[in-house]
Amino acid sequence: MTRSESCRTILQSIPFARFLNVSMELAGNELTLKLPFDDKLIGNPVLPALHGGVIGAFMEMAAMTQLSVNENYSHLPKPINVSVQYLRSGKALDTFARAHLNRVGRSIANVEVIAWQDNKNLPIATLQSHFLLNM
Amino acid sequence: MNNPTSSFSDMFAAIIDGTPYMQAIGAYYIGKSQDGVSMGLAYRDDLVGDPQSGVLAGGVLTAMLDHGCGLAVWDRLDEFKPIATLDLRIDYMRAAKPGKDLIITAKCYKLTRSIGFVRAFAYEETVDDPIAAAQAAFVITSAPTTVPAL
Repeated sequence: MTRSESCRTILQSIPFARFLNVSMELAGNELTLKLPFDDKLIGNPVLPALHGGVIGAFMEMAAMTQLSVNENYSHLPKPINVSVQYLRSGKALDTFARAHLNRVGRSIANVEVIAWQDNKNLPIATLQSHFLLNM
Repeated sequence: MNNPTSSFSDMFAAIIDGTPYMQAIGAYYIGKSQDGVSMGLAYRDDLVGDPQSGVLAGGVLTAMLDHGCGLAVWDRLDEFKPIATLDLRIDYMRAAKPGKDLIITAKCYKLTRSIGFVRAFAYEETVDDPIAAAQAAFVITSAPTTVPAL
């Protein structure tokens, strides 16, 4: 199984990722996740805007899958804490996320994620997180 | 608007029902107490984040905590003003128990003219045994407007 296939398998195995209909693209070892727009993801029907919680959840998923791409864990990494900064409201568009592994230690990883929509230079949110790894 | 017999929190159940994403994950309003505003979520297989253990996805808690924190700000404001999450930090203390309903209790402990500071906990039975804790700041974006049709 190629790295891309195994990564897709991991993503497909997570019920919540299927619920959000998240898909992925792997370029070398760099993973981009896509959250296709869906009416059910709306948090503010007036604007309309994506629910902040969906954006946070999606970025957390990006961090987790990027960790799984780089290392072969017997179990999915568990979030210890996440901190989300909301920069712009999420429009009724597809959203993308890419994670950067700042440090992967023996048991803890520090991961940053950015999420964007139509312009990567105008991110809608960023996330800093720590994960517990058990290999 | 703020007469003693009605408060903006009377609208909270309708607000949750009128939010598509809250509907999609099955969130419901519980009520208010001294500890703050509470919301619940029934356990569902399609919201699982770890197929090996059946534990709810961290991302489900993220949305519930974010929404609960927003309601806590509105409760403190006691009127409708547009608000937006500025930041949200979540500490995951333990896995949620598979099969159990999730409860969120959020309290806005300080409100300034433009910012609401909120603390929230997620748990199944008692807030003394939390699954996760959240700390959030919300920006109150403009002057009062009418409540949008839900």
